[in-house]
Amino acid sequence: MGAGRLYAAVAAGGFRRYATYRAATAAGVFTNTVFGLILVHVHLALWAQKPQLGGYDQAQAVTYVWLGQAFLSTLAIGGGGIEDELMERIRTGDVAVDLYRPADLQLWWLAADLGRAFFQLLGRGVVPFAIGALFFPVRLPGEAAVWGAFLVAVVLAMVVSFAIRFLVALSAFWLLDGTGVLQLSWIAGFFCSGMLLPLNVFPGALGEVVRALPWSSLLQGPADVLLGEADPLGTYAFQAGWALVLLAAGRLVQSAATRRVVVQGG
Amino acid sequence: MWIRSTMAYRASFVMTAVASCVVTGLDFVAILLMFSRVDALGGWSLPEIAFLYGLSGLAFGLADLAIGSVERLGRRVRDGTLDTLLVRPAPVLAQLAADRFALRRVGRLAQGALVLGWALAAVEADWTPGRLLLVPVMVVSGAAIFCAVFVAGAAFQFVAQDAAEVSNAFTYGGTTLLQYPPALFAQELVRGVTFVLPLAFVNWLPASYVLGRPYPLDLPVWTAFASPAVAGVCCALAGLAWGAGLRSYRSTGS
Repeated sequence: MGAGRLYAAVAAGGFRRYATYRAATAAGVFTNTVFGLILVHVHLALWAQKPQLGGYDQAQAVTYVWLGQAFLSTLAIGGGGIEDELMERIRTGDVAVDLYRPADLQLWWLAADLGRAFFQLLGRGVVPFAIGALFFPVRLPGEAAVWGAFLVAVVLAMVVSFAIRFLVALSAFWLLDGTGVLQLSWIAGFFCSGMLLPLNVFPGALGEVVRALPWSSLLQGPADVLLGEADPLGTYAFQAGWALVLLAAGRLVQSAATRRVVVQGG
Repeated sequence: MWIRSTMAYRASFVMTAVASCVVTGLDFVAILLMFSRVDALGGWSLPEIAFLYGLSGLAFGLADLAIGSVERLGRRVRDGTLDTLLVRPAPVLAQLAADRFALRRVGRLAQGALVLGWALAAVEADWTPGRLLLVPVMVVSGAAIFCAVFVAGAAFQFVAQDAAEVSNAFTYGGTTLLQYPPALFAQELVRGVTFVLPLAFVNWLPASYVLGRPYPLDLPVWTAFASPAVAGVCCALAGLAWGAGLRSYRSTGS
């Protein structure tokens, strides 16, 4: 079996696996919609007071909120990706089995996580976004080309998101109990991706710093492509640059970590 | 036991407690960021919103610490481990609440208390003894209302085992909603959280009295003092729902 087909099969498996939990998906859609509803009202009030805040008009701000809800589980910004399982396998030592497989550890989990992310985008992302677009003033592009450009940015966002979480998960090789690191990474993700508030609203130097960090590839980048506020090629270059740096770092840490693996017999 | 097990990984406990404090604090950071650009939100100043935020955070933190573990019920119904709790000579609800008791949740509590403390010092209110007394009453009845929501959510999981996240919309969603003034939200939404799921009694109504703000939905003045009664009714209803859920439980047989 060719390597490409192997990883495609892993990704398809990831997609199908999450597709099994129908009730959980419906519950997630409901929760994302309720949170979107609350946040939209807050943003509407904020933009009513300060029109053109951060360069967005009110409709753009509303669109941004619903995009955030659609991406929350897709990009596993608050957890829920493959990192929990990978950490557990590292803690129990099962990761030794993964290392023994004729497949690359990083690519294997990337494929599984992409499958998961695509399912979450379709299963949990589309419905809250559609509800938001139906009942609130949004700004959506009419041209198919912009939607296409947006989708490319979303896929790149998925890769950057995975690269960050893979690094976080590998810390379990040293810490064993990775809950603390995981939660710190959620905080960074929430704050720096623009889930709290669009990054272009952040004041002064703080705003410049968060916009340069990898997390801004997750929500702010794709959102600005969809809203027509950013040049797609520049966004892709930023996202791909961070993806390469982080994946390379993951690879380095991985090779350092696998030398530490202690297989527990029994 | 769960406290001792947490302390086995001391570094991780400190990290998770700090993280839980910061993670909930992020909502307040968002509010601070908003106030770096505006002077008021929905007509409420920063200390006034901090007052709402601190009350909601403290009440929710208490409920979460006491009973937040019941959200794991769905998993126990799915894998059949609920049976173990049923044969023990102690109330199932108490066992569930103690299961994986997460001391790190004090982080959330501390953060709410901190913001409330600052708000009490910064807010310009006419502090009569009655207003002052209403603050602890709000925290206790608010915590009771959130406990009722947690229990009702757990009872729902007897029916829909996979849908633990639905209750997140009401617990975590509810506390997020209460962090902002009622004037921001659509009237139907405010009506829903006043008459259907009475979250408005956690802080919106009593806080309107304390701060001398107009009441949401033009409700009469006495509603500001109704929180303890509302909390009692909520707990009774949640208890009934829990009993019904427990009676309808059929084991997986595994």
